[in-house]
Amino acid sequence: MPSISREEVAHLARLARLDLAPDELDHLAGQLDQILGAVAQVTEVAADDIPPTSHALPLTNVYRDDEPRPCLPAESVLAAAPAAEDGRFRVPQILGEEA
Amino acid sequence: MTLTRKTAAELASSIKSGEVSAVEVTRAHLDRIAEVDGPAESGVHAFLHVDTDSALAAAAVVDQKRADGDELGPLAGVPLALKDVITTADMPTTAGSKLLEGWRPPYDATITRRLREAGIVILGKTNLDEFAMGSSTENSAFGPSRNPWDLTRIPGGSGGGSAASLAAFEAPLAIGTDTGGSIRQPAAVTGTVGVKPTYGGVSRYGLIACASSLDQAGPCARTVLDAALLHSVIAGHDPNDSTSIDQPVPDIVAAARKGADGDLSGLRVGVVKELGGEGYQAGVEARFNDAVALLSKLGAEVVEVSCPHFAYALPAYYLILPSEVSSNLARFDAMRYGLRLGDDGTRSAEEVMSLTRGAGFGAEAKRRIMLGTYALSSGYYDAYYGQAQKVRTLVARDFDAAFAKADVLVSPTTPTTAFPIGEKVDDPLAMYKNDLCTIPSNLAGNASASFPCGLADEDGLPVGLHVMAPVLADDRLYRVGAAVEQAYAAQWGGTLLEQAPALDGRRGESATADRGVVS
Repeated sequence: MPSISREEVAHLARLARLDLAPDELDHLAGQLDQILGAVAQVTEVAADDIPPTSHALPLTNVYRDDEPRPCLPAESVLAAAPAAEDGRFRVPQILGEEA
Repeated sequence: MTLTRKTAAELASSIKSGEVSAVEVTRAHLDRIAEVDGPAESGVHAFLHVDTDSALAAAAVVDQKRADGDELGPLAGVPLALKDVITTADMPTTAGSKLLEGWRPPYDATITRRLREAGIVILGKTNLDEFAMGSSTENSAFGPSRNPWDLTRIPGGSGGGSAASLAAFEAPLAIGTDTGGSIRQPAAVTGTVGVKPTYGGVSRYGLIACASSLDQAGPCARTVLDAALLHSVIAGHDPNDSTSIDQPVPDIVAAARKGADGDLSGLRVGVVKELGGEGYQAGVEARFNDAVALLSKLGAEVVEVSCPHFAYALPAYYLILPSEVSSNLARFDAMRYGLRLGDDGTRSAEEVMSLTRGAGFGAEAKRRIMLGTYALSSGYYDAYYGQAQKVRTLVARDFDAAFAKADVLVSPTTPTTAFPIGEKVDDPLAMYKNDLCTIPSNLAGNASASFPCGLADEDGLPVGLHVMAPVLADDRLYRVGAAVEQAYAAQWGGTLLEQAPALDGRRGESATADRGVVS
């Protein structure tokens, strides 16, 4: 049965870009441990020679004709943005000051 | 009979004949919503948004078309409740999340477009567990919906709002989405009909993704024929969804009409041995056994089938789903739409992203994102995600073997009836078990449905009969569902919902004012 430490939970939260409060980390550590213990049952199944399924039904790649189509008007897309400037999404700084 | 008690098929025919106008029908349902849906703290709370003006305008268009002598579709003028995970250009789409509160999508989903083209009147958007993750609607950022059979109990989830709107007679039709049971489990616990079509049968374009390889939208209704009529409106190939099936939709309406003859002779029904026993409520098992006996009486040949890997479907699902969720929900990055917090000019994009996601996602969304991040991380990928994908293959093979012996499979839809609000909200493993019987069909992509099959003796709450059919054999669900429905109607002297308690009228708000977001 896997066991997951509070430090690992904090690391996962950083990977997932989730700013979690200390009490949330504590609570989640216990719950994730419990859930992982339950889902680890899949490892009991002998399946070495079984191919994995990523998708319910077999899929083939689909191409469409290379013809221009109208896209959404920029105004209607930017209307839903948290911030926009000069017809573009305005975002916080991406690089640190020292970069 | 009041308009809100009629079936969608009856309403459409009355509108077509001119007996009643589409505007009158829509107004009757808006009045009913005003009567029973609020307040959010104690009413049914099926709706997050009701758009009175655009509903009445859409109904008026249908009336005008009729006056002009235009041909009306089979559901023209009939009101519908749309799950708030499907985009609507003229209404907010929240997915039950604070992250998308007030978001107005720039486009209509394919489902939305098809509903509008069919003259169906969209009344508003229904409540759900955040990003369709849950079995009770308690994970909605805007508060839970309530089960019209008992307002202290859950209406199922994630599509509890859609199911509750039907059971409360606020709408005769609704749209749900089903990733692990979110159409079928709410249908079971509210005494309504819910169908998960074959994966790829209904376009996902404009459906906010939970787990893309499992998500499937479908019809919810109070009768089997109504569900079939709605299914045929929304189904079919869509070039905007690369997983959409480019094949003709089976004639499900004809199957529903045929099933209503009540003759199932020649049909082989497989009872799945593994879906029952320990953990199943006695009243659920009793009603299920009655339903199996009924299927025999209607002429079906009942056999027992074994699907040994179904026991591993739930754990495999809770690895595959969170993995896909952690990836899909990465798009909520506070940059292009939705909530943004902490953008004070000093914080970086990454800090703003983490702050926003930490504050914007609810507890269950965070749990699943974290679980998926873990399952996909190096060192665990093969043991968890990779192994779960192999189990998925074995579940599909179990179905193939079972469908060689039977035309449809049956089980209870859920192990228990509706439980009290609050009972399992912080016990994820107990909550996940609600989807024990429904998850295998999502993993294998085949069609499944839940039909009302009576009330459990111990609590008087609805039980659902789960019917599973092979990929692209959705029509079999409707044949079986309609046959069972007519037999029960004869036995009960009407539909199961007629036995539901009447809801107290809480008339107060005007039905003609736009109520906006009622959270």
